[in-house]
Amino acid sequence: MRLLPHELRNQLRLYVRSRELAFFTFLLPIVIFVLLGSVYGEDKIDGVDGSSYLLAGMLGYGVVATVFAGLSIVLVIRRESGVLKRLRATPLPAPTYIAAMLVTFLLAFGFEVICLILLARALFDVPLPGRPVSLALVLLLGAAAFSALGIGLAGFVRSAEGSSAVVNAIYLPMAFLSGAFFSPHSFPDFLRAIADVLPLTYFIRLVRDVMLHGEQIWSEWESVAVVAAWGLVGLVAALRKFHWEPRETA
Amino acid sequence: MNAVEVTGLRKAYGTTEALRGVSFEIHAGEVFSLLGPNGAGKTTTVEILEGYRNRDAGDATVLGADPNRAGGEWRQRIGVVLQQSELYPNLTVHEMIALFAGYYERPRDVDEVLGLVGLEEKRDARVRALSGGQKRRLDLAVALAGDPELLVLDEPTTGFDPAARRAAWETIRSLRALGKTILLTTHYLDEAEQLADRVAVLRDGKIVAAGTPAELTGATPATEIRFRRNGEEVVLHTEDPTRVLNELTGEALAQGLELEGLTVRRPTLEEVYLSLTEGEA
Repeated sequence: MRLLPHELRNQLRLYVRSRELAFFTFLLPIVIFVLLGSVYGEDKIDGVDGSSYLLAGMLGYGVVATVFAGLSIVLVIRRESGVLKRLRATPLPAPTYIAAMLVTFLLAFGFEVICLILLARALFDVPLPGRPVSLALVLLLGAAAFSALGIGLAGFVRSAEGSSAVVNAIYLPMAFLSGAFFSPHSFPDFLRAIADVLPLTYFIRLVRDVMLHGEQIWSEWESVAVVAAWGLVGLVAALRKFHWEPRETA
Repeated sequence: MNAVEVTGLRKAYGTTEALRGVSFEIHAGEVFSLLGPNGAGKTTTVEILEGYRNRDAGDATVLGADPNRAGGEWRQRIGVVLQQSELYPNLTVHEMIALFAGYYERPRDVDEVLGLVGLEEKRDARVRALSGGQKRRLDLAVALAGDPELLVLDEPTTGFDPAARRAAWETIRSLRALGKTILLTTHYLDEAEQLADRVAVLRDGKIVAAGTPAELTGATPATEIRFRRNGEEVVLHTEDPTRVLNELTGEALAQGLELEGLTVRRPTLEEVYLSLTEGEA
């Protein structure tokens, strides 16, 4: 891990310079929040202020946009372009490289969370979270689980060109179904059935319980367990399907 | 001490045997070129030596270690240029070299490396703005950044224009002068002829010839004699050029004719290579 600061500096620089990545993973959730908040902020959703409800939902959308989708796509692109294979011949240890990527995406998500919370306060008078410790733990749990899933997913996506399409086709519907943008209470039964299996549903539920209803994380152990279990699935997939070499060789 | 020793290397992909008992050695400080048609097993051999592939049988020792069991210490001493690899498109040339230099304990100075590959003018250009040939040069620069003892270059000058190719040859020559060992695979026979101390020709997973370029071209007995007579090109191959020339020139002189465009030459490495690798196995 001696090389971690060196590689971390590199990964942060790469993230910031990749305009598409920075926009879709960082800026877009903020933009959507401001737009939706302007429209529904004054309404009541499920008994709470619209803007607060949406803020919690956007934290959910933000985590899958950044550490799940963003990380997954970047990993596929780097693998297919031969960069990872090139790195394997250097003394840079694999865990150091992965750690640097993870920390970069986690920092991006963390910064996004702060921006969302402050924007919500400034634009829509949403109060600061009442249970900051619980919220931080929930966000950390979600980030860990979804980054494991993102790395795991990268092992299944074969081409760099298709990676954006495949990953978007997975995480965007999931964000909708899990209630990031509106309440799932009005969904028809079959959509609710799907939502009940998705990890993001439970994560957003956790965020809403902690932020809106003042719950503490250890009273929500069912949701915590589901998110953690999905994280383990992601970890197993990541360990078994991770490749350094391009999957599509000429 | 040999930099690389390979004995009886075997590798199969499913039912296809890619390597069927390959043996060769590379002396420390020499430029060694591995030649062969596509599918002969060059890249498989090179990737086994780099530690990317497991061999099915045989021994491989690279800088005193087994590539499959070697660790970070070993990787400090090896530089690799793959056949195809992209780099990070949004970094500048300088940042790219400095990044890789930072992975090594005793790297070269970044600006010195820029000079070695001739990319000084592109120091602050983004990688995605480089031409194909410039990217290849950057590939070489990145491999040099760690100041390795052994360089493994898989077709490094593909896509270079002639001037860039000459410049790359100069770089390789100066690296050799510094005492580096270089393993080079190439399709360019003139490159092998110019640079290599020794070559080996791989065909269908076996080495069919090995030695210095002079030994390989010397081993072929026939000399080519070429001239024009009555506007027609005449090409002769003979193992007894002195006598044949004597007869030809004697005849021509007796008839008061010129043997126009007369050339007498030994086969090039390319011709030797083609004769070794074409036709029936």
